Amino acid sequence: MAVSREDLLHVASLARLALDEESIPRLVRELNGILEHMEVLRKVDTSGVTGAAGVGDAGMPLREDGGPPYPLAHARETFAPEMRDGFFLVPRLATHEDASESVE
Amino acid sequence: MIGPLDPRDVPSSAIDAVADAFERMEEVKAGREGLNLILWTDRVRAAQAARTCQRDIDAGREGGVLAGVPYVAKDNIATTELPTSCGSRMLENYVSAFEATAITRLRNAGAILVGKSNCDEFAMGSSTEYSAFGPARNPHDPCRVPGGSSGGSAGAVAADIVRFALGSETGGSVRQPAAFCGIVGVKPTYGRVSRYGLVAFASSLDQIGVFGRTVNDAAIVMEVIAGLDPHDATTSDAPVPRYRDAEERGVEGMVIGRPKEYFPPSLDPRIAALCDRALERMRAQGATVREISLPTTDLAIPVYYIVAPAEASSNLARFDGVRYGLRVRGGTLRDMYDRTRSAGFGPEVTRRILLGTYVLSAGYYDAYYKKAQEVRALIAGEFRRTFASGVDLIFTPTTPSVAFKHGAKSDPYEMYLNDIFTVTANLAGIPGISVPIGRLDGLPVGGQLMAAHFDEMAMFRGAYALERALGAEAHR
Repeated sequence: MAVSREDLLHVASLARLALDEESIPRLVRELNGILEHMEVLRKVDTSGVTGAAGVGDAGMPLREDGGPPYPLAHARETFAPEMRDGFFLVPRLATHEDASESVE
Repeated sequence: MIGPLDPRDVPSSAIDAVADAFERMEEVKAGREGLNLILWTDRVRAAQAARTCQRDIDAGREGGVLAGVPYVAKDNIATTELPTSCGSRMLENYVSAFEATAITRLRNAGAILVGKSNCDEFAMGSSTEYSAFGPARNPHDPCRVPGGSSGGSAGAVAADIVRFALGSETGGSVRQPAAFCGIVGVKPTYGRVSRYGLVAFASSLDQIGVFGRTVNDAAIVMEVIAGLDPHDATTSDAPVPRYRDAEERGVEGMVIGRPKEYFPPSLDPRIAALCDRALERMRAQGATVREISLPTTDLAIPVYYIVAPAEASSNLARFDGVRYGLRVRGGTLRDMYDRTRSAGFGPEVTRRILLGTYVLSAGYYDAYYKKAQEVRALIAGEFRRTFASGVDLIFTPTTPSVAFKHGAKSDPYEMYLNDIFTVTANLAGIPGISVPIGRLDGLPVGGQLMAAHFDEMAMFRGAYALERALGAEAHR
């Protein structure tokens, strides 16, 4: 189940990562090298195994679906890359040509 | 008198304690040009906190168990007064708008934050070489790594800058650097300490952990930060015991398992010998040592390096240039996402996001992610059965080697194998502690004690006993 160049580019697109052309062969090689070590898991008999690992009854007790307030020590404007009128500002979508030019 | 972390050598005032911490940082060159252990400090603010604390102490007000004790926190734990960069260009100079519950609890107990420590980017690494702000160095030998990913915190305690520090664990990132730096490192049970404010890497594995110069220091800090938190739905409501009581109880009558899979023929025989000496000392204190087998051990690294990157690829999707952190402008929203993430993430984080996205993608999910989750359940079940069979503690080496030299592990998988003895506790959700058990060629070696879920008390009983039994031999 080797990772091809096309697989890598597909996955990078899903992960919203633009890869340098020169990094692609190295990443293909590294991912294949890592995944080769994962093949051992195929041989493990997991028939009848259900659910994932947990910490048992002492962890994660049922509770109301709510929580305390989350007050912010700093206003969003202090850490947001760009805001206007209380909204996070982003560049236009490719399909919306007339969106604000201020963030181009 | 300031907080009673081991009272033998505490400074006489909070003001002196904080001033000493900053002086020591300068003395050992803890900043970027030196050991590169500490990324961010604010001396003026810390001094002000110390004066306030000392005024309270002088006025006779209850100061808290850690009153006036300085500490550092790993740079992936949110603080509102110092940056939280996660060792990444993505969050360089980012100051969080809220703080981690562990930080709040330490402040309420009187502790004073004096710095944020260097770490592998987003806690992905085992050497603190993958920090965007340069590699951290081991105070025992600056040519070597301090371990990782919490290498800065471990180094700060080992270099005597602070008595304790916070780190975080996903696959051994507290225990491994504790072993490499010759100090104590605790990974609590999953759910024992709130993850609120810990920047998420792999949410089903992450836990905030503690470094201490001694077992007692670590036990006190654990008492402060552990317990239910309404901000983290995965915290347990189980009462937090007084872990310091473990010292008196000793290990008499306890059964300590020695799993053969953690002592393979390839293990350096000198590390195995130090482990067996440690076991012998605990036997002399009344414990029974039992040979046990954990056959799924070999599967832990493959499972971990599927589950953790898969969760990371999802968690790190939030870093997209919209709400906080780096933004690299692009013509469209999609361009901005791609450019921001490519510029902000370093090579190891990029590698893991790609790996995680791959194992979760259509056509590969069942073969990799689902299979890994099933094998993870087998690993956890094996630990559960072992503890149910009458074994109180499991003792192993913390790492297969001592601290290695910078640049020695160039192959990613070779680096991952560093975690071979520690990832199992994260996968199973159980607590573990690394305690110094001796030296090899002058470099520290750690021994690991693991216990059943929420049985940190047993873990501390073993750790106190081991520390007492080895005495100065643990550090020579």
